[in-house]
Amino acid sequence: MRKVVIPIGPQHPALKEPESFSVTLSGERIMAFSARLGYNHRGIEKACEERTYLQDVYLIERICGICSHTHSTCFVQAVEEIAGLQVPKRALYIRSIIGELERIHSHLLWLGVAGHEVGFDTLLMYTWRDREVVMDILAELTGNRVNYGINLIGGVKRDLEKQHITDILKSVDILEERTKYYIQVCKEESTLIQRLSGVGVLSHNDALSLGAVGPTARASDVARDTRADDPYAAYDELDFKIVTDDHNDVYGRTLVRLGELMESYRLIRTAIKNLPEGLISVKAPRKIPVGEAFSRYEAPRGEDVHYVKSNGTDKPERVKVRAPTLANVQTVAKMLEDGQLADLPIVIAAIDPCFSCTDRLISVNSSKSETLGSMKWEDLRLYGIEWHRSKGMDFSAINKKLAERL
Amino acid sequence: MSKEDEIVQSLTSEFPLLQDKAKVQRIRRVVADVTPDKFEQVFAYAKDNLGFSVLCTITGLDEGSTLGFIYHMSRTDGITFSLKYSVPKDKPVINSILQYFTNADIYERELEDLLGVKVEGLPEGNRYPLPDDWPKGEHPLRKDWKPKGAKIDTAETQVKEAK
Repeated sequence: MRKVVIPIGPQHPALKEPESFSVTLSGERIMAFSARLGYNHRGIEKACEERTYLQDVYLIERICGICSHTHSTCFVQAVEEIAGLQVPKRALYIRSIIGELERIHSHLLWLGVAGHEVGFDTLLMYTWRDREVVMDILAELTGNRVNYGINLIGGVKRDLEKQHITDILKSVDILEERTKYYIQVCKEESTLIQRLSGVGVLSHNDALSLGAVGPTARASDVARDTRADDPYAAYDELDFKIVTDDHNDVYGRTLVRLGELMESYRLIRTAIKNLPEGLISVKAPRKIPVGEAFSRYEAPRGEDVHYVKSNGTDKPERVKVRAPTLANVQTVAKMLEDGQLADLPIVIAAIDPCFSCTDRLISVNSSKSETLGSMKWEDLRLYGIEWHRSKGMDFSAINKKLAERL
Repeated sequence: MSKEDEIVQSLTSEFPLLQDKAKVQRIRRVVADVTPDKFEQVFAYAKDNLGFSVLCTITGLDEGSTLGFIYHMSRTDGITFSLKYSVPKDKPVINSILQYFTNADIYERELEDLLGVKVEGLPEGNRYPLPDDWPKGEHPLRKDWKPKGAKIDTAETQVKEAK
């Protein structure tokens, strides 16, 4: 069969972010997949060099709307390490609590998007409704639904009050109940299991060799999680357990994220129970001494790494950011290899890059029509039947049979 | 002896030139500086013999007269190894590490675009992350590169404006 190359993006009505994909098809089968990234490059690393550390905290937080706490924490950790600051325990616990709440909102969002991509929109409606519970809590704690601005170099800006703790625990109870229901749905709903199983397969060895991170790697049974391997904030005291799965496919990635939600609820409860008393920040110097630090953070999407080099002034010499999607996007080509075009949206969505891509919008202009305009629905249908017939696919016999039955 | 110290010891006994150049920065952080000619040997040794099986990313630095490259690798117990070397700015050419890590592709293309270094052995492909019509010879992460016509909102300009 003749190969067809389909460009998707960079500007495409169904894309939520500008990215460009090129898919080579033979019939419905994907022969090759390539991505051209960079349309969202805003020069933040360069901009950081021109601004003070304090300004950078706010700039860095805006790298991503969903993982905003991820990036700001990863950055301040590096700066604190260079400056030799002893961040108070209570601040580290608050960072972990906000980090887990962020993971909950991100994973619930993902579950909804995944449901939507496979035509299970009820799941989207349910999870996004429940997600509002955690968004409200984040707004209550930090003042914002996203871009929380809670991190300072040397600690956090806002303390947890008694009322906050009661509210968090109440929300966590509600969300845990809901998540248990979603786990039951995902383990029992046969349509969902069949739709997701065997789709976007990434073998254990491929996950290792391609450097997959986060739930993408953990669903291929790679027991790697920065929270356990390279603990930051308060994770070394929270008894964190890595959630893995050996399905190696989109179904496995769903189970891992659901498992991580349950783990997040447990972590938040433990953190609140053990929350130390004391200060929430120490004063940071305006000028950071010469040095360098490599900081890692487990974002909802996987390992986020920042490298910061200082030169003794109030501005960094170099800030380098590697977000988890850049590591995972390289696994997509492998997952799609020899797959079906119809699986493309869910496979791409399964690494959680925050967009879907094959809702289609086609405007067809009739070549026969004198006036420029759209084709009528009935004409489009006839055109389709004629087109398939010319390719040797004739459904008229089967249609006749169906008509007789009716 | 801690695991980090064992790594440093293993590196220095295998490569005597790393004496004083390989250090434990803090718990779970090992760093080392090498000369360009020895880089690949040390890099391969760290990957194959010391268990640094994940390439986290590559950081490119403009150091004035030289360009520096830091290869951040990690292993399953959370220890990371940052291996650095520099090449002169007037001869900005480095070798690709694709044969060791297939996922290095995108990180090396980023170095080519943002730092203006030629990566030998990188196959033809899409550039990353600058636009296709980006002017030749303009590399934003070079220290002498300044965004043209853009107003930079720094602490100083903010103070000036306030006055």
